[in-house]
Amino acid sequence: MTTTDTPRPVDAGPGRAVSKKRPGGTGSGGLRRAVPATTLLWILACLYGLPVLWFILSSLKPASELFSYPLTLVPHNPTLSGYLTAWRSANFSQYFLNTALVCVITTILTVGVSCCTGYALAKYDNRWLKAFFLCILATTMLPGEVMLAPEFLVVRNLGLYNSFAGIILPAVLTATGCFMFRQFFLTVPDELVEAARIDGARELSIFLRIMVPISRPIMLTLAILSFQWRWNDYIWPLLMLNDPDKFTVQIGIQSIVGAQNINWSVLLGASVISMIPLIAIFLVFQRYVMGADINAGLKD
Amino acid sequence: MTKRAPDVSASPPRTRRSTYVFAPLVLIAANVVLFSLFFVWPAVIGLVYSFTNYTGVGAFQFVGVDNYHHLLGDSAFYSALTRTLLYAVLFVPLNFALSLLTANLLVSKHAKGASVARVLFFIPWLLSPIVVGVLWRWLFGENFGLVNYVIEKFGGSAVPWQSNADLSLIVVVMAASWAWTGFSMLLFIAAIKNVPVSYYEAASLDGAGPWRQFISITLPSIAPTSFIVILLNTINAMKEYPVFVALNNGGPGTSNNLLVQYIYETGFKRGQIGYASAASFVLMLILMAVALVQLFVNRRVENR
Repeated sequence: MTTTDTPRPVDAGPGRAVSKKRPGGTGSGGLRRAVPATTLLWILACLYGLPVLWFILSSLKPASELFSYPLTLVPHNPTLSGYLTAWRSANFSQYFLNTALVCVITTILTVGVSCCTGYALAKYDNRWLKAFFLCILATTMLPGEVMLAPEFLVVRNLGLYNSFAGIILPAVLTATGCFMFRQFFLTVPDELVEAARIDGARELSIFLRIMVPISRPIMLTLAILSFQWRWNDYIWPLLMLNDPDKFTVQIGIQSIVGAQNINWSVLLGASVISMIPLIAIFLVFQRYVMGADINAGLKD
Repeated sequence: MTKRAPDVSASPPRTRRSTYVFAPLVLIAANVVLFSLFFVWPAVIGLVYSFTNYTGVGAFQFVGVDNYHHLLGDSAFYSALTRTLLYAVLFVPLNFALSLLTANLLVSKHAKGASVARVLFFIPWLLSPIVVGVLWRWLFGENFGLVNYVIEKFGGSAVPWQSNADLSLIVVVMAASWAWTGFSMLLFIAAIKNVPVSYYEAASLDGAGPWRQFISITLPSIAPTSFIVILLNTINAMKEYPVFVALNNGGPGTSNNLLVQYIYETGFKRGQIGYASAASFVLMLILMAVALVQLFVNRRVENR
């Protein structure tokens, strides 16, 4: 197993080291450049942050204050009543649990399946795999929305209409996931596999006992991406689910928007509640998203 | 040793590698099944149904190219198609410019507080399209929105963000660009960081200013990423639906119904599965054309 300490190929991670020393001013003229760059950055950051801030602050206002002029940024009497009404009304807590369940199962399946496929595409070499690689590439060009009607019929014919399986299974195969793992396993030296083979390890146990553990960072990155995709899915669950007890959060929110008279207090509360899980996950696992060379998964 | 290792192992494993058939097959089996069930099968029956008058239940008849013929004369389809293309033409460049600008600012060592700003830029991407729609509807409400309130406060008159079709589209373009900046920005940051620093050092020795460096070094070096960003965003724009549905429900009226909404409404609300499949195939052809054009352009740029 001496090969484990073979240096990784160059593109494994020069990124962060490089970023420290960007070109340009060499120190003396630093301030003159720092001021406009910092100002522009923070003006943009405020523009990006302001809508969310306004939204969250509005959701803390009591219903009577929402439309009272003059509008104020900070609520006079902050209250959680919007959240409570939203959570209690219209099965929203049920929707929340449904969505969480669907997201967790899909994410686990996606990570597992993508890891297997990515490894096979990176470390084995035969005609069928090359063909399958092209097939996966094709799925990026044709998203599910393009084949809405026929895909619906297929899932219905499989007997999965109005079940969670009907929204989980079609979402498991993702090209991004397969490519991310493929790209990662390409950077793992072949010698590692060779050495394990010489030691008499069987093919699948090489994968399970050596490759799966070392790919953990990619797994986390993909898990976060997949969770985000599925949590925010709207059109497919809308088509698939008929029973209000099985609705997901996004359908729930849209049903409030679609009402004749929008109850903004409930709508704001429900929307903010639906944002919490993803933002929490993101803040905890930030470096797996920000640090990840997501590009590697999509390129090539 | 590291130098020699690839040479030694280069040729023998290549022949031996191909003898492993069983293991890779097991590894890709799950995805092959999923691919054929949820990709090949729908694609095939979609193509077949696009030549029929199928309504989702019961028997159907083959009607030849009638569906496609009707599509050509369907003004609702045309307006959905042109609206979608207009949306893509507005959204893709705006998103491209914003994400490239933010990415450059974030990797620049002159800008302070980049790590906090990065989170602010990224948070909108975490919101679902539905919530993005709700949020911008709240911001741009005609009688109650913050934006109109501020405009009136400064002496302007209320802008009809909801009841004017074009303004309504522009709000969606802004909302979508705002929401999608984070992801494109991440791709750009990764690409910009991978440009060798020595290029910039050499350029600044030769007296090139920051703008010149950006044009002559950064832009060409990140061309492959730009290609990916434009491709992904074009695909996203062509299939946009949830932001519209939450922001203005494709309105006012049906003026902002995009293709996916059109397909959804003909296929599922009016039960014309065959006709909707034909519209789907037009969308598919457009996406394929976009992919091919971009692939072609990318090849030429890279070979230059």
